[in-house]
Amino acid sequence: MAKIVVEVMLKPEILDPQGQAVGSALPRLGFTFATSVRQGKRFEIEMVGDPSESQMADIQKAAETLLSNPVIETYVVKVEK
Amino acid sequence: MRIGVVTFPGSLDDRDAARAIEHAGGTAVSLWHGSDNLKEVEAVVLPGGFSYGDYLRCGAIARFAPIMSSIIIAAEHGFPVLGICNGFQVLCEAHLLPGALTRNQGLHFLCRDQRLRIENNSTMWTNGFSLNQEVVIPLKNGEGSFQCDDETLKTLESGGQVIARYLGEDPNGSRDLIAGISNARGNVVGLMPHPEHAIDTLTGPSNDGLTFFTSVLHQLVGRA
Repeated sequence: MAKIVVEVMLKPEILDPQGQAVGSALPRLGFTFATSVRQGKRFEIEMVGDPSESQMADIQKAAETLLSNPVIETYVVKVEK
Repeated sequence: MRIGVVTFPGSLDDRDAARAIEHAGGTAVSLWHGSDNLKEVEAVVLPGGFSYGDYLRCGAIARFAPIMSSIIIAAEHGFPVLGICNGFQVLCEAHLLPGALTRNQGLHFLCRDQRLRIENNSTMWTNGFSLNQEVVIPLKNGEGSFQCDDETLKTLESGGQVIARYLGEDPNGSRDLIAGISNARGNVVGLMPHPEHAIDTLTGPSNDGLTFFTSVLHQLVGRA
């Protein structure tokens, strides 16, 4: 059984107030290492067997049309076994 | 004149939108997200609310509802569509309008009477306003920050596609204080504030919002 992981992030030029809020909460807790924080989404999709080439194409298409909005976001697809 | 109002699971302002249409002199027709039947309406309003619980992204799932496939085809042929708040988000997700709406800069849900300036009075939904007219219309959303890339912004600004801009303090971090935009043709309009909540002074802060609905009726009558 394979696990498809799709990670979606806001493009760098898009304002990320959630990431900023997390970034400003860290030093309040004594964590002073962070210079900036960006927040994204991670989808874990399970499937039976390893994805075929055409299934990988479908996964890319799903990531582009539904899981992310290409106007404001980028995505990365990974296969975990 | 029959104007449709789409109800998605989680729509909240469909009834107020229908009331506004009737108040403006039109006939409101209820449209269901699960059907692709536009019931011979001559324009459509996508109302505010939280379609599909705003899961994934606001409007992202609603955009694939059967009714949307009919609306997208019709809109590309000049059919008038107004998206209010969540409806605006759906129109952006459907790529009928450029850009996207993201989380308010201050992270809080905002609900207030908002001053706006109408900067394009030639679209199907704004032709009843005078140019640069200042209006007061309620704004209520958590994800109303209009974002797009620099090139899109330039196209919107130079093409007169910014139909309404926030006045006073920036409420949500929208680029160029954009409150509403139209497509190049002017038949598809998206607006973050809620004109359907400002159609009479008994229930709203003004009756300024009514002009969006009278505008499209005027446009349709003129064309008939």
